[in-house]
Amino acid sequence: MGLKIIVLAKQVPDTRNVGKDAMKSDGTVNRAALPAIFNPEDLNALEQALRLKEKYNGSTVTVLTMGPGRAADIIREGMFRGADSGYLLTDRAFAGSDTLATSYAISCAIRKIKEYDVIIAGRQAIDGDTAQVGPQVAEKLSLPQITYAEEIFSAENRKITVKRRLERGVETVECALPCVVTVNSSAPDCRPRAAKLIMKYKHARTATERTEQPNEYDTLATARPYLNIREWSVNDIETDAKWLGLSGSPTKVKAIENVVFQAKESKKLTDSDSEIEDLIKELIVNHTIG
Amino acid sequence: MNFFTDNPDLLFHLRHPLMRKIVELKERNFAEKDKFDYAPVNFDDAMDSYEKVLDVIGEICGDIIAPNAESVDAEGPQIVNNEVIYARGTQENIDALRKANLMGITLPRKYDGLNFPIVPYTMAADIVSRADAGFVNIWGLQDCAETINEFADENQKERFLTRVANGETCAMDLTEPDAGSDLQAVQLKATQNADGSWVLNGVKRFITNGDGNIALVLARSEAGTKDGRGLSMFIYDRNHKAVIVRRIENKLGIKGSPTCELVFKDAPAELVGSRKMGLIKYVMALMNGARLGIGAQSVGVSEAAYREAVSYASERKQFGKPIIQFPAVYELIARMKAKLDASRTLLYETGRAVDIYKTYMHISEERALTSDEKAEMKYYQKMADFFTPLLKGMTSEYCNQNAYDSLQIHGGSGFMKDYSIERIYRDARITSIYEGTTQLQVVAAIRGVTTDAFLNKIREYEAQPLKAELQPYRQILIGMTEEYAQTVRTVIDAKDNEYLDFHARRLVEMAGHIIMGYLLLLDTDKEERFRTSADIYIKMGRAENRARAEYIAGSSVDELAFFKQTAE
Repeated sequence: MGLKIIVLAKQVPDTRNVGKDAMKSDGTVNRAALPAIFNPEDLNALEQALRLKEKYNGSTVTVLTMGPGRAADIIREGMFRGADSGYLLTDRAFAGSDTLATSYAISCAIRKIKEYDVIIAGRQAIDGDTAQVGPQVAEKLSLPQITYAEEIFSAENRKITVKRRLERGVETVECALPCVVTVNSSAPDCRPRAAKLIMKYKHARTATERTEQPNEYDTLATARPYLNIREWSVNDIETDAKWLGLSGSPTKVKAIENVVFQAKESKKLTDSDSEIEDLIKELIVNHTIG
Repeated sequence: MNFFTDNPDLLFHLRHPLMRKIVELKERNFAEKDKFDYAPVNFDDAMDSYEKVLDVIGEICGDIIAPNAESVDAEGPQIVNNEVIYARGTQENIDALRKANLMGITLPRKYDGLNFPIVPYTMAADIVSRADAGFVNIWGLQDCAETINEFADENQKERFLTRVANGETCAMDLTEPDAGSDLQAVQLKATQNADGSWVLNGVKRFITNGDGNIALVLARSEAGTKDGRGLSMFIYDRNHKAVIVRRIENKLGIKGSPTCELVFKDAPAELVGSRKMGLIKYVMALMNGARLGIGAQSVGVSEAAYREAVSYASERKQFGKPIIQFPAVYELIARMKAKLDASRTLLYETGRAVDIYKTYMHISEERALTSDEKAEMKYYQKMADFFTPLLKGMTSEYCNQNAYDSLQIHGGSGFMKDYSIERIYRDARITSIYEGTTQLQVVAAIRGVTTDAFLNKIREYEAQPLKAELQPYRQILIGMTEEYAQTVRTVIDAKDNEYLDFHARRLVEMAGHIIMGYLLLLDTDKEERFRTSADIYIKMGRAENRARAEYIAGSSVDELAFFKQTAE
């Protein structure tokens, strides 16, 4: 039996390749200097979803993302790798959301999507590293959750079996569907974009994209409905304004400090056993090792 | 890392003005746009698709294939139960390319291919070769499918091409212990059963990816014959399990690519096309495709060698500064780049010619060509016939020179396994040997010299409009052309075939220097950044040609005797 799978994905600045101008002088991220990419662990999540789709005939994978208009790229990226469709949740009302407001908006969108068997997300995004949105979505939808997933073994008979990668080992757990699964970077990398899917979906766009930058391929969407990326604003989902955006975000950034790592002190040792032993003891005492 | 986007020269060659014609022919005016959801609707759409797909290849090369190259080289393939098991990295590379639909790039869509022209496919090979020259051999054998597509019947195409497009690999089983450069001596026996089916018996040697899923096999179908006219082409399907891999060669380079000795024991096979046409028609087509492929491989390896040289010479400091600042080093590097740019521009010029004539050939099976179309097909076919051996010969030699110079720049470090130039140097060596040695490419290309085919093409380049400031380069090339034409006359006027053979390589290289000089000049006319390479290459070519002309002018038919002594 086919599964209805929702993958939560986020467009993030590529903080892995940080150059000198990555931060502005006021301590905020200089987004213009960093390319926007598919959050790496969300790609691990997508791969798990695509494997389920291959395993269970008739399954569908839908990518759900929240962000500005350009985040439609994330949905196209997902389709190039095998996702069937996507939703872009975009509205000024969502601007300034912390994890709580984000998970609220996303959970409202999922309620609207209504039919789903499993929601898969990356463990955390590389811009905030909070690992909160996945679990919060689960709570808001009153769904069980499996975090730190590395491999989904099966999802049949309304039950999912998942291997979790924990700090000191692995465990295999079972859970009733529907549920939320968040995936670690230790899970297999996502498959590459597929040439045929790129060519099939490259003209997929949101209504806003078509209005703002019309092109000659827009008419194709009439005969090929899969080229329409669904775009939801705050009015398309049921929400309570006070939980949205800045007002729904209790997180307040007090200050951001630029930290430059440098060696503060250095020590020269001779190669005598006693000095090396002393160093080991010292490192154990200050908890650097052990 | 993305090996496509980090090299703007690729996009420059991809966007050549002739691509419009190529794409429109290849797509039959976009006839499949409503039949396949991934077919382009117009020219720009097709070009955009090529770029996007090359971007994926560039990413796979940068993130997977190149990082795997070292371990693949060290680990190599092995034989387990008479079958080939690839190195772990090789299998990972294949899996990634299969998932990305990149195993049947030029095949028609009805067989699950992408229907790309030769040019973007060649570009993919250029990129993959830069990442791992050994791996490109396995992946590039999808060329065999192109031959099946040209000559097999519809039923065979449906069965085999779809499998290739979905990721099965190929092999091209030509060479035997006593039939290398001279394929007329092939002995592998094809016997026809009473029911009309065929079986193969015998040994093949030096077969790249010999355990591939689908093999094209050259075999002697006409018992009692001794020459090429007794040979036919067969398809052997690995699923029959009637071929044993007896040994994998232990090679100097391209170690990830399994080079196999195969034993056929009553192996069931299917005839491709007509009997007796195996060597004279089908292998020739197969070889021309493969030679273009080696051209791409040579360019990709040259690119890798050049990049390693620049990166090492910029970081390595001696006498208080990076060694790239010393004339002895920067001259080497600039010459490497000039040879690389010259090789690449010839590669795509040849690729475009192949694209046009092959597409016309396929179209001629669907409808009668107009007389203009026929003339055009002939023109480009002739051009491809002469340019392909020129390309293979010249670029594989440049590839070796660049690998040599790059290692030289690395000094002692380059001799160690710690730097990838050590592997690149070993990998480069085969390019001027297989699919016909440089000496054999000269044998094919020399007719381009004697029939004036190269000279006529050079005159066409000469007549192209050019910015005023580039005229001095044209003057140099015109001078080189006069010298070349005169030297060719001298050799031909001696009316001695052995004397012509003796100087053939020099003459072909003279033509090559002029042709690549013009191509670089025309590139510079469009993009200023090629000027450095054009300047260096044209002046280097002038000096090289002068030396050859001098050598030839000072030689005589009688003098061959001195050289011949060693042969007696």
